[in-house]
Amino acid sequence: MKYLEEYRDPVLARALIQRIIGTAKRRWTLMEVCGGQTHTIVRQGLDELLENAVEMIHGPGCPVCVTPLEQIDKALLLAARPDVIFTSFGDMLRVPGSQCDLQQIRSRGGQVRVVYSPLDALELAIKNPDKQVVFFAVGFETTAPANAMAVHRARELGVPNFSVLVSHVTVPPAMVAILDSPGNRVQGFLAAGHVCTIMGWSEYDPIAAKFRVPIVVTGFEPLDILEGIWMAVKQLEEGRHEVENQYVRAVKRTGTVPARELVEKVFELVDRKWRGIGQIPMSGLGLRPEYADFDAERRFALEDIHVDESPDCHAGQVLQGIMKPHQCPAFGITCTPERPLGAPMVSSEGACAAYHNFGRLRHTPAGAA
Amino acid sequence: MTDSIGSGGLVCPVPMLETDRVQLGHGSGGKLAARLLKERFLPHFDNPILGQLGDAAVLTIGGAELAMSTDTFVVSPLEFPGGNIGSLAVHGTLNDLAMMGARPAFLSAGFVLEEGLPFDLLDRIIRSMAEAARAAGVPLVTGDTKVVERGKADRLFINTTGIGALIPGFRPSPERAAAGDVILASGPIGRHGMTIMSVREGLGLETELESDAATLFPLVELLRLAVGEVVHVLRDPTRGGVASALNEIAAASGIGFRLDETRLPVPPTVRSACEMLGLDPLYVANEGIFLAILPAGAADAALAAVRAHPLGAGATIIGHAVEVHPGMVTMKTFLGGTRVVDMLPGDQLPRIC
Amino acid sequence: MCLGIPGRITELRDDRGMPMGTVDFGGVRREVCLSYVADEVKLGDYVVVHVGFAISKVDEDEALKTFEALKAMSQLDELEWIGEIADKSLEGIQGSGA
Repeated sequence: MKYLEEYRDPVLARALIQRIIGTAKRRWTLMEVCGGQTHTIVRQGLDELLENAVEMIHGPGCPVCVTPLEQIDKALLLAARPDVIFTSFGDMLRVPGSQCDLQQIRSRGGQVRVVYSPLDALELAIKNPDKQVVFFAVGFETTAPANAMAVHRARELGVPNFSVLVSHVTVPPAMVAILDSPGNRVQGFLAAGHVCTIMGWSEYDPIAAKFRVPIVVTGFEPLDILEGIWMAVKQLEEGRHEVENQYVRAVKRTGTVPARELVEKVFELVDRKWRGIGQIPMSGLGLRPEYADFDAERRFALEDIHVDESPDCHAGQVLQGIMKPHQCPAFGITCTPERPLGAPMVSSEGACAAYHNFGRLRHTPAGAA
Repeated sequence: MTDSIGSGGLVCPVPMLETDRVQLGHGSGGKLAARLLKERFLPHFDNPILGQLGDAAVLTIGGAELAMSTDTFVVSPLEFPGGNIGSLAVHGTLNDLAMMGARPAFLSAGFVLEEGLPFDLLDRIIRSMAEAARAAGVPLVTGDTKVVERGKADRLFINTTGIGALIPGFRPSPERAAAGDVILASGPIGRHGMTIMSVREGLGLETELESDAATLFPLVELLRLAVGEVVHVLRDPTRGGVASALNEIAAASGIGFRLDETRLPVPPTVRSACEMLGLDPLYVANEGIFLAILPAGAADAALAAVRAHPLGAGATIIGHAVEVHPGMVTMKTFLGGTRVVDMLPGDQLPRIC
Repeated sequence: MCLGIPGRITELRDDRGMPMGTVDFGGVRREVCLSYVADEVKLGDYVVVHVGFAISKVDEDEALKTFEALKAMSQLDELEWIGEIADKSLEGIQGSGA
């Protein structure tokens, strides 16, 4: 595949690895905040190959993993209703709520359908006028334009039986929360490439300046990530703390303006709870009052719930980069992809699942003999 | 926590980790499926033949050594590029027999038809079955048909059972995998599963992909004639893909396997479709290839024999047995790192991240 | 967030006022909404697609530049590595101390 597979060239990768190791005069700690980047790093063993030069901490980059328990429970409530066809991206299906997950609701007779695009959910609503179709609108800023378009089109085409259950989160406030937390060890960031494709990178300038950390907008293939790490390490060695763009083939400083415009029209910033982390002010997107009639929470009069997370699940510490998955006492023992305690083990993008599926050999679990 | 949530009579009063009922993941050939078998079925049907858990059962009746295998086909959609549920039902069961080292001899078929199934669709399926069986030289000798009310079956379910004669001196079996073995894949991986995915409603992918469903016995015969009884294991990696099949064999034999990512024969279109959905080709179903595990010394002869047949043109060695991590499957990535290739708990799900 | 895949636009059309296209991803084709890149793209262009939406046009010039830079760097490294080996051999021959 063009513009994809070239960025997996092993010769160039090894050259970049040598460069990074050669440039780093001391061990630096970087964080990536993107599930796709985590996936590539752990799957290719990049952190193993860079062991001495760089420590990679896997940040809360999986919007599926950080969807708060309350929103999952609301999704389960809706999916259980006989008058509702509940639609969702595939990776949400096995995320555990406080009792069960969407897949189990489906086993019990709930109508749950996986869709590839939010527009498919809208088509489903058009084709099934006698049912309510609800779409689980999760994601970072990358997915917000798609979800915004679905809502916008529903209004434009007049589709009254379509609504969205929103659980959007935005990246910069999470980065600030991590940098602000006591005991933070992160010295530089790889910013999520496709979030920046939409948003550009101007939001990161104040963060880089205030906290004096380099932030490199990075892609997802091994060469992208290695180049991004190299650029960050170079900055750290040179005492710089700027925002740079590695992912030049897909990211411009202005981002994708029409996408941002529609997102701003349909959504507004709201406070959002991040599973395992807690409330981060102004870190989420919610529907604007003008589009409130497409809000599933309003349409179905869903009450506010408060749910406590399992005490055995250390997802929060893993998501903040304080603990590595294999350091969690439950990892691989009471918490496995088959029986997950928390979201980072369920979603294959989650750090815990990535470690379990790909990295189990290198990292002996804390509880193992 | 036992508060129930939900309305319309659907509640979820169970603790998160255990389920009290069958889920879709139980049918996908992964960990859940293995648990279903082990925890619910085996305790009641405990006998040494079943305990082998091979693709087929080895039976002795009056001195004759036979193999018997059964499989039920519930694929949706019923028709797909490269075949349909009928041809799949024939190839699948005949391949299970071939994987045991048996020459398929007879086939039976049971049909559950949903009221309202159009005859022209049924005819196409029956014709495909007949064609597949005829090409394999295996007659359909007995069968059964039931009709259920509209809504009680997803249009058509087919069960096929096959009987074959075991070939003396040829007994591949999962426990026989040993140190010094290599893994031979008879052809490209991921075609069947991605074909099904791409025609499934809701994903909207358009491709030239075709299922690889085919009867493998002729290819197995060529392998057997070339290297004979040193073939330790034969397995067709259907549901759960190459990864699941190797994990099962690793568990049965106590041997570890190490794959080489640069040697995996993934066709470009399969790779593209997997990229788009965030899926791993190692876990995608195949219906027209086998994995043969045999001593490294026999690899060249095996490859030459298999490649001589059109079905085996893409045969290649994809990895080897190791002793360092018994029972586990790992892969050397193209960057030279190592990753674990685990069993998945259930189906792979298309992802957005 | 992530799964954005580059593909080539092979058809353009309009769906009830919304610009749509067929995008080819290495042999797999899908309907993609082009609303967000409509002003910038034409047939044959590459776009990055996420959940059925083109989120940007691939800047092919920049992609080429990145690649050339990486290749140049890796070739330079090869020479440096060879140089290092040569230095070490020289040290060996000359028997230099630490």
